[in-house]
Amino acid sequence: MAPFLSLLIYTYLVLRCSSLTAPVDPSKSQPMGSSLGQNSSSEGVPLVDVPMALGVFSVDYHHVQAPFEIVLWIMLASLAKLGFHWSGRIPAVVPESCLLIMVGLLVGGVIYGVRHSAPPTLSADAFFLFLLPPIVLDAGYFLPGRLFFENLGTILWYALLGTLWNVLGIGLSLYGVCLLCPSSLGDVSLLHCLLFGSLIAAVDPVAVLSVFQEMHVNEQLHILVFGESLLNDAVTVVLYQLFESFLRLPSVSGLDVLLGGCRVLVVGFGGLFVGLFFGLVAALTSRFTPRVPVIAPLFVFLYSYLSYLTSEMLHLSGITAIVTCAVTMKQYVEANVSERSNSSIQYFLKMWSSVSETLIFIFLGVSTIQDVHMWSWLFVCATLLLCLIWRGSGVLLLTAVVNKVRRNKVTFRDQFIIAYGGLRGAICFSLVFLIDDFPKKRLFITTTIIVILFTVFVQGMTIKPLVDLLDVKRKKRALPTVSEEIHSRLIDHLLAGIEDVVGYWGQHYWKDKFEQFNRKFLRRFLIREEQQNRSSILRVYQELERREQGADRETVHPLLPEEMDSIRRILSRNLLQFNSRRPTYSRHTLHHDRALQRHSSLGERDTQFVFLCAVCAIGPRSISQDSSIPEEQTAPQHGPKKHLSFDIENEKNN
Amino acid sequence: MGSRASTLLREEEIEEIKKETGCKLCQNAPLYLSQTSITNPVFNSVFSREDFQRIPELAINPLGDRIINAFFPEGEDQVNFRGFMRTLAHFRPIEDNEKNKNAAPSEPLNSRTNKLLFAFRLYDLDRDDKISRDELLQVLRMMVGVNISDEQLGSIADRTIQEADTNGDNSISFNEFMKVLEKVDVEQKMSIRFLH
Repeated sequence: MAPFLSLLIYTYLVLRCSSLTAPVDPSKSQPMGSSLGQNSSSEGVPLVDVPMALGVFSVDYHHVQAPFEIVLWIMLASLAKLGFHWSGRIPAVVPESCLLIMVGLLVGGVIYGVRHSAPPTLSADAFFLFLLPPIVLDAGYFLPGRLFFENLGTILWYALLGTLWNVLGIGLSLYGVCLLCPSSLGDVSLLHCLLFGSLIAAVDPVAVLSVFQEMHVNEQLHILVFGESLLNDAVTVVLYQLFESFLRLPSVSGLDVLLGGCRVLVVGFGGLFVGLFFGLVAALTSRFTPRVPVIAPLFVFLYSYLSYLTSEMLHLSGITAIVTCAVTMKQYVEANVSERSNSSIQYFLKMWSSVSETLIFIFLGVSTIQDVHMWSWLFVCATLLLCLIWRGSGVLLLTAVVNKVRRNKVTFRDQFIIAYGGLRGAICFSLVFLIDDFPKKRLFITTTIIVILFTVFVQGMTIKPLVDLLDVKRKKRALPTVSEEIHSRLIDHLLAGIEDVVGYWGQHYWKDKFEQFNRKFLRRFLIREEQQNRSSILRVYQELERREQGADRETVHPLLPEEMDSIRRILSRNLLQFNSRRPTYSRHTLHHDRALQRHSSLGERDTQFVFLCAVCAIGPRSISQDSSIPEEQTAPQHGPKKHLSFDIENEKNN
Repeated sequence: MGSRASTLLREEEIEEIKKETGCKLCQNAPLYLSQTSITNPVFNSVFSREDFQRIPELAINPLGDRIINAFFPEGEDQVNFRGFMRTLAHFRPIEDNEKNKNAAPSEPLNSRTNKLLFAFRLYDLDRDDKISRDELLQVLRMMVGVNISDEQLGSIADRTIQEADTNGDNSISFNEFMKVLEKVDVEQKMSIRFLH
């Protein structure tokens, strides 16, 4: 109950504080470019009067108004989140995003009721500059690299062509609908419809992320939907700007359309290069951080944000830039900074993106309470219907084509989930506010809100039961065993050999080439001189073995996947530092991101694999049993199991 | 089938190969093989172990020798095109419609069981349908190298057998092998895309 009480108290505080400011300027009730949560620039009644006597107690709200309100909103968001997870059953049925929007609706309604004017809305600038980057950065940093690149072709296919299909389809059909009813919708021109189509067609990464996170569908499906939502930003940005500039031009020629097409390429690749540049610079910077490890995480955030801002400045695709930046710098930064810094980076990313996401949804709810809504049954229902139809047909068509070249075919069930999981979110919302004013703009805003609410509520709530109903393949939650590991490696080697026999220059060939380039140039340049060479690996191995001998040998203990992952990461990171002469070769689905290494000499075979087996053989012993360590190495601090990787890293650094 | 030096494959043979291996594009296989040293007129040739060993990447593959052995039938030193395609047919992707079809009396070569059997045979050199601790150690040593001592390797092998062994005979039978790998997506891992 406490969170709810605090929620109410804070809402009340928000109202009180906002009412302390000068009366709301009516023309500012749709703030475009005003800051978050502010109602007015208060040049109102000065609170400081000429004092008659020395005041003992005074309130100066104006002094702290801006940060105070911001903090209150964030507090509201976080308490709301606490509130839901307090009750165990609700989050299972209703996705968090829905609940947050409902809270936002509630708060917005309360504010409206008290003040009889529109509550503060989510300004586009605040959204694009402050709320969106943390979420996208978090998504990019934790992107499963191998899976993403394996499916990159399909993802790009969906993102580029699918979005284009949706935009044109929705835009043109909406225009057709407008033509059908010239009395009420007559002044919506074709360009307006196309503009609207461009902003409503794009799948929103925030919404997708929040809904799919709780679903645990199989990884391929997840990466397809999610990757598409991230990468369609390029197309959306271009088309939106294109149609907007077309609206401002007196006339549109074929040349303009052609230029628009070129612009897609420029925007996409421009974002990519900006991201690459900043990613590499960030990696290089992290190389020099060992003396000041506290600052190291900061560089990750600064460079990523800088890449986003730079590409926004150049009107390139900011999302692509920040995702590329994160993906690029991740492996080098992880190798360069200490384990503690790595944990900090991950933790802060998660925290910021969580706060951002919560805020976005709450504001979506609050902003729904508007002064003026323009409603048109035809337009709204047509939009909803067309969105669904065009997305479904788009996915079907594109998948039919792409399945011919894919190894793991996208099944019909997966296709259905891809189509159904195309949620719209706050990006559409912000974009619609940025349209130049024209008579039917309020209609667009209302329709956008309805579409967002529909997709988030209806589709978001029903997708989980549908996934169960359709028996979509789920993520495997099994705990790894040593046998699986060994036999999978055997199969990997086997397939490597077979592919060599057959001479197949496929995906793995190019990946191989990239890994060679990576090792020869990039890693040497971007990663500091590591003390990690063979001796430290052997030290790690012996340490683990000692723990094994110290502990009881009972039945087979499976390792938790998180432990396995962190162990793998260290070991593979360790391994790649030494021995640079060998060609790498990566196989179908490796359990970790590093390539399988084929060695020309017997001496340095797949050592990392061995250590994995060794570690697996040890099992999750209680790490506190370090009393049996006889060696002269300093015993690491032992915490709970999850910090296994951290401890080993500590030891390595000693 | 015995080794027939430089025998031209006749139409019937091609048809037989197609039926046996289910490989419709057998005739186009040479296109894909054109990058290895094995290729020149593929249909007519008979491969020996030296041909395989000339592939550079295969030479440094830890399991290279065993893979090469897998191509050659028992005790023979040469394999013809048909045998070669039979082996490769194990790595065809499993298509959905084939799962339901009941065409062949025996299972198609690229079924999951047969794929796993292929992998199993890489361990099981003496073909006694059991992976003994020694056989496991041999393969582990090949994959791992000399950096690990024998006892450590032994304990890994012991744990592997411990995880899989259900009937307590201290070795892994094929059924136990299949059970251990039931969660691994073998159909996808052991498939090469273009072989359909």
